[in-house]
Amino acid sequence: MTGRPDMKPLGWTRWLRRGPWENGAMSVIGLGILMLTQPFSLDLYTYSFVTILGGTLGFVVVSHFPQ
Amino acid sequence: MSGTNVTPTLVDGMAMRTAAPVARRLRGLSDRSIAWLFILPTMLLLLAINIFPLIWAIRLSFTGFMANLPAPAAFIGIDNYVDILTDEDLWANFQITAHFVFWTIALQVLIGLGLALLINQKFRGHSFWTTVILLPMMLSPAVVGNFWTLLFQPQIGPFNYLIGFFTGIAPSSFTMIGSVALAPWTVVLVNTWMWTPYVMLICLAGLRSIPDYIYEAAEVDRASPLRQFWSITLPMVLPFLMLAVLFQAIQSFVMFDMVNLLTSGGPGSTTELVSITLKRAAFEKWETGYASALAVILFVTIFGAANVYVRALNWVKQQ
Repeated sequence: MTGRPDMKPLGWTRWLRRGPWENGAMSVIGLGILMLTQPFSLDLYTYSFVTILGGTLGFVVVSHFPQ
Repeated sequence: MSGTNVTPTLVDGMAMRTAAPVARRLRGLSDRSIAWLFILPTMLLLLAINIFPLIWAIRLSFTGFMANLPAPAAFIGIDNYVDILTDEDLWANFQITAHFVFWTIALQVLIGLGLALLINQKFRGHSFWTTVILLPMMLSPAVVGNFWTLLFQPQIGPFNYLIGFFTGIAPSSFTMIGSVALAPWTVVLVNTWMWTPYVMLICLAGLRSIPDYIYEAAEVDRASPLRQFWSITLPMVLPFLMLAVLFQAIQSFVMFDMVNLLTSGGPGSTTELVSITLKRAAFEKWETGYASALAVILFVTIFGAANVYVRALNWVKQQ
C-alpha cells in the first residue's frame, strides 16, 4: 500500500513522455503536408490545413512534456 | 576622498547623468536588469515589425477586408479559409509549388554536394573557382530573372543555340519559357543555378570540419574511396546538408521575385507558385482578407515543416 502513491506519477510520466508524442505530432504534420500537395483528392486537400494546424499546435504542446 | 576615488562603473556613470530619483532606482538595478534594459528596445522593435503584422494578418484573414475600399473590415468567420481549401485552381498551385520545391532541392543537393567535393580537393586556382561558383548566389533575384529571360529567348538567346548545338534541334523550334511542358523545368533550372552555390558553401564547411585523422585511419584499414565516402564523409556532412535543405526548402516554398520576373506564373498557370497567387490576390484583386488567410496557411505549413525538420536535424546530430 505504501508504494501506490509513488506508482501513480510514474504511470503518468510513462504516458506523457515527450518522444512518442513528438513523433506522433510530426507524423500528423507530415501527413498534412502530403494532403496539401497530393494530386489525387480534393477532399484530402480541403482537410490538409486542419491536419497541419492540429499537428503543429500538438507539437508545440507535447514539446513541453518531460523527457 | 582621495582614498575612495575609483573609476565609476557603467551603472554609476548612467546614474550620475540622470535625475536623483531615477538615479537611485538605476543604482539598485542588477546586471540582468541592465541587460534587459538594453535588449528591450530591440525586442519592442521586433514585436512591432514581426509579431504585430502576423497577428494583424491573422485578424484580417477572418474578414472580407479589401485594402482599396474605404469600408471597414467585416467579420466573415472562416469563409476565406473555406474558399481557399475548396478552390481547385489553388490546389493545382500547391502541386506546382511542391513540384518546384522537390526538384529544386533534389538538384541543389546533388550538384551542391558534388561541387563541394570537387572544390574540397586542393588544386591550383581552387579559390578562384570557388569565387566563380559563388557568383550566382550574390546576384539579385530580379537581375537573375531578367537576364535568364534574355538567355531563354528562342531567336536571340544563347541557351537555345547551346541545346541546338549539342542535340541538333533547331534553336527556334522550341521555347523554354513559353512551353507548357518546359516552363516548370525552366524555373527549377534557374533557381537551381542561383542557389546551388549556397548548398555547396554549407557542404564545404561540413567537409572542412572533418578531421584528417579519420581518413588516415580509414586508409590504414584499407577502406576504398567509396567506402570512405559512405562511412565518413556523408554521415559527417549530413547535418550541414540538412541545414542547407531546410533553408532552401523554406526559401523555395515562398519564392516569388525570380519566378515572377521569369514567367509571371505562365504560360497559363503552369508556373504559378502559391506566392504568386498570393500577390495577385493581395495587390491585383485587392482581396486583402483572402490573401491574409492564404498567407496564414503558408505560414502554418512552413512553421510545421520547420519543426519536423529541426527535430530530424537534432536526431541526425545525436547519431
